[in-house]
Amino acid sequence: MAKVLMKGNEAMALAAIKGGCDAFFGYPITPQNEIPEYLSTHMADHGRVFVQAESEVAAINMVYGASGAGARVLTSSSSPGIALKQEGISYMAGSELPCVIISVMRGGPGLGGIQPSQGDYNQITRGGGNGDYHVLAFAPETLLETVDIVKQAFDLADYYRNPVMIAVDGLIGQMMEPVDLDKKPPRKKLKPKDWAAEGLSGVRGHRNTIVSLHLDPYELEKHNLRLKKKYDEMVKKEQRYEMIRMDDAEIAIVAYGSVARIARSAVLTLREKGIKVGIIRPLSIWPFPEKAFVETPDSVHTLLVAEMSLGQMLQDVKIVNNGQRTIKFYGRAGGVVPEAEEIVKEVQKIVRGRQS
Amino acid sequence: MKTQTIYQKSSGLTARALTYCPGCTHGVIHKLVAEVLVEKGLLETAVGIASVGCSVMSYEFFNCDMQQAAHGRAPAVATGIKRVRPDATVFTYQGDGDLASIGMAEIVHAAHRSENVTVIFVNNAIYGMTGGQMAPTTLIGQKTTTSPRGREQAQTGLPLRMSEMLATVPGATYLERVSVHDPKHIRKAKKAIEKAFDVQTKKQGFSMIEFVSTCPVNWGLTPQDSLEWAVENLISYYPLGVFKDATAGEDHEN
Amino acid sequence: MKTNEERVIFAGFGGQGVMLMGQMLAYIATDEALHTVWIPSYGPETRGGTANCSVTIAKQMINSPIITEADSAVVLNLPSLQKFEPRLKKNGLLIVNESAIEQYPYRQDIRVLSLDANRMALKLGNLKVANMIMLGAYLEATGIFPKEALFKIFKKTFTGSKETLLEMNYQAVELGMETVRNQA
Repeated sequence: MAKVLMKGNEAMALAAIKGGCDAFFGYPITPQNEIPEYLSTHMADHGRVFVQAESEVAAINMVYGASGAGARVLTSSSSPGIALKQEGISYMAGSELPCVIISVMRGGPGLGGIQPSQGDYNQITRGGGNGDYHVLAFAPETLLETVDIVKQAFDLADYYRNPVMIAVDGLIGQMMEPVDLDKKPPRKKLKPKDWAAEGLSGVRGHRNTIVSLHLDPYELEKHNLRLKKKYDEMVKKEQRYEMIRMDDAEIAIVAYGSVARIARSAVLTLREKGIKVGIIRPLSIWPFPEKAFVETPDSVHTLLVAEMSLGQMLQDVKIVNNGQRTIKFYGRAGGVVPEAEEIVKEVQKIVRGRQS
Repeated sequence: MKTQTIYQKSSGLTARALTYCPGCTHGVIHKLVAEVLVEKGLLETAVGIASVGCSVMSYEFFNCDMQQAAHGRAPAVATGIKRVRPDATVFTYQGDGDLASIGMAEIVHAAHRSENVTVIFVNNAIYGMTGGQMAPTTLIGQKTTTSPRGREQAQTGLPLRMSEMLATVPGATYLERVSVHDPKHIRKAKKAIEKAFDVQTKKQGFSMIEFVSTCPVNWGLTPQDSLEWAVENLISYYPLGVFKDATAGEDHEN
Repeated sequence: MKTNEERVIFAGFGGQGVMLMGQMLAYIATDEALHTVWIPSYGPETRGGTANCSVTIAKQMINSPIITEADSAVVLNLPSLQKFEPRLKKNGLLIVNESAIEQYPYRQDIRVLSLDANRMALKLGNLKVANMIMLGAYLEATGIFPKEALFKIFKKTFTGSKETLLEMNYQAVELGMETVRNQA
């Protein structure tokens, strides 16, 4: 089918419907409002559930209940709202409940601003909830990729029985781009949700409970180790990334989301000047794509981490780099989107530095 | 000699022994809720939501599907379940710290949206599980571990009456406060629970039954003295009765 | 489209319909199976303050969607002119609504077209179509798409009760085009 022009937030909402989302619970916050606005009518048209909750806290707990009852559930928010959802996300990870959470990131801290940002990398990959847990997190680059990953996210959430986060910056939420909503992403083979507590103990012949409480420390440790096994499987199977013009690269820009896209323009300009530069683009930000750095050719001497934050993914790059290559950083914060020319200049600085 | 069973534990409860302190009325309230679910044929389609507090383990006791909620969030969890499984019988089981303090927004808005769920609210005017701290429902002068000289109005306001407050919410359908301090009141309380689940079965919206309850351990009283203290002090501040019944005359409607 | 890539900014006061101008262009590009990105300014500034959107149209994948240097700018008020004129590349195209901007020391290295769009729109019967007069001027000046491509989008957009607006919007686009032809 021909592509249709859609706003990022609306495209994500429609992708969720196409991905089999049964229910949405959310609360208004800029710059993601088009998601609940779109779903408020379209979920009903598809015979599905839409509730505008009294707060982000309530919304994520509605997600918990509906997911615990076996439904495929979505919530969306932006930075301060995601902060409020952290309690529920921890409970869902602990109770092994699937759900999809879209975060359309804006500048912070506090109320911050409403312009595009990647200042929530730590919030999303480390989580603000309590305990030893992880959520799968993807940070797509274009609307085409965003739509695909939103559709896949519901399967991934169900497969791992774990929350999946889609982290985009405000730019992706607000911009319009042609998307292909009929493309069928790869499906996961899913088991029936025989664990759901949905009021069918009579039919089932036994009762189900959804619980994150384990008062015996040894039992809780066992539960944690079981979760860890699941996270290890995610680390093994779900690292996603793209290597852009890396074959002969000497400098690699490490960037995700909109910044990766901007870096592509910078690479074009730099290549015209004869500078061998490529891009390592993480699509999964948890698990962080370590494999990409293993694959990085020996010709790369410097990694330039570029983010719309003051150095959050930078920490992960430092960990996987383990002192091997020189690391430089360029970041804009507070909702300022870098221009390609700024990245060009940073790379040129690296080149000059090595010549002198 | 022929033996005959004249009383047994409700099949609405699991075989697991209750973990509540001796003399606490949680046991009686569990039994009543379980009996009503069984007698009305709702147990097999029920999903209960355990809250945080003394009843945190109630998911081990009710013999139906159960979900354990974060502190105060049970009405939101109930909303999520009921919206995707409208044929399930959904009830929360919450204490006064959970419902009247940290979960104030969730309970008010569940009532406001008239979620078709039933709330069992157990009010013993204190935080039990955490060791007897002051609750919004603690009476003036009542000693707790965070009001060791007795609750003072100047610093902490006046005790919150939840049933009366929710009665002002247009969406609330049925609100009643009951007590379980003697057999007569226990029978009356059971009737109230029956009514609340009927409201849900008839899809009439939000119902809550508030129980005036006890906490012998944290009140520092014997079980018997606790019941007497509850009657003398709690019921005089938290009067029993129906605070809202929006179903009157609508029993045959859907 | 004649060039490989077009980067254009539409700007004005909130309520002047600048977002719609850009969207219309992006819809045409999508219809023509071209790559396109539309980016709005958003938030409180768009409600009554200045609003702008940028549209990139390209034959190949669009890398950075941010417009650093614009090929064209269509501006409907003075603050937008001051903000976006410097962003035009050399020999770039600037179309201004002279109803809102009287005297201005324009850059000498760009092509400036000036239309009294508000007055023309009022003549047509509705101030609100000033944006479509400007969009018509843009189509004519760039030759990027024929007017028929835009009219196809109009037909999809103005449906139901809005169908009555079709004719006036056609006229507005044609008036804008004609004005540019006469200036050439």
